[in-house]
Amino acid sequence: MSAPTTYRQPVSRLWWLKKRTYFLFVMRELSSVFVAWFAVFLMIMVFAIGRGEASYQKFMNWAASPVVSVINIVALAFLVLHTVTWFALTPQAMVVRSPLGSRQVTAMKEVRVAGRLVPAATVVRVGGRVPAGMVVASQYLGLIAVSAFIAWLVLG
Amino acid sequence: MTKRRIEPLLWLLFSGGGVVSAVFLPILVILFGLAIPLGLLQPDYNHLHAVVSHWLTRLVLLGLIVLMLFHSAHRFRFTLYDGLQLRRLATPIAVLCYGGALLGSVAALLIVLTI
Repeated sequence: MSAPTTYRQPVSRLWWLKKRTYFLFVMRELSSVFVAWFAVFLMIMVFAIGRGEASYQKFMNWAASPVVSVINIVALAFLVLHTVTWFALTPQAMVVRSPLGSRQVTAMKEVRVAGRLVPAATVVRVGGRVPAGMVVASQYLGLIAVSAFIAWLVLG
Repeated sequence: MTKRRIEPLLWLLFSGGGVVSAVFLPILVILFGLAIPLGLLQPDYNHLHAVVSHWLTRLVLLGLIVLMLFHSAHRFRFTLYDGLQLRRLATPIAVLCYGGALLGSVAALLIVLTI
């Protein structure tokens, strides 16, 4: 099988600098680098905690160095961008339904049964989709609850 | 192709990792990446050790780290494809990304088992 020979217009490697939305999209995707960074950071930290107080202090001294601190400040900015964009996309990726918001719709019709006209009804429930704003808001409530719990757990 | 068959699983890991990263990471970076190293907050070491060595914390940490690694690998793979126009290098990029995530997951497992 040969490759398709359709003409494809070459795209510049810097296409994402041409528009603000493209740039934000690429920044959002680049948050993945900082997710990986912090996964490694967490692993080293847990390892250090397991090896004793001296090694924990050594880890924290390393983490307090200017280079690591700056990386973590940048990481925080990217991770907040990840959180905000991820929460904003959830209602588009997932339909949340609740019986509370739905209503009954009744359709009436007369049908002929054994030569006589009798009324017949169909009842269906429609709607009930939780509004996007509520889905987003509930995620922020979850974020606050989890954050408060972790802070409480760590700081005792 | 095997790659096609595991693609849905990779998307699932990406998705799960996206959720846990969004919910857990801001506070973890604030606490362990900034406030504690810079001396703004000073948790007691013995308390921290007790929290981290609890089996439930270890399980959560392992799940969190594995999902974070695969989320990151998946997203970074597509960032390289599209951002830098490297579709020709698709296979080595995929091997590098997921291979890295797999190695990291094994390391995370060893770390939580030996705290």
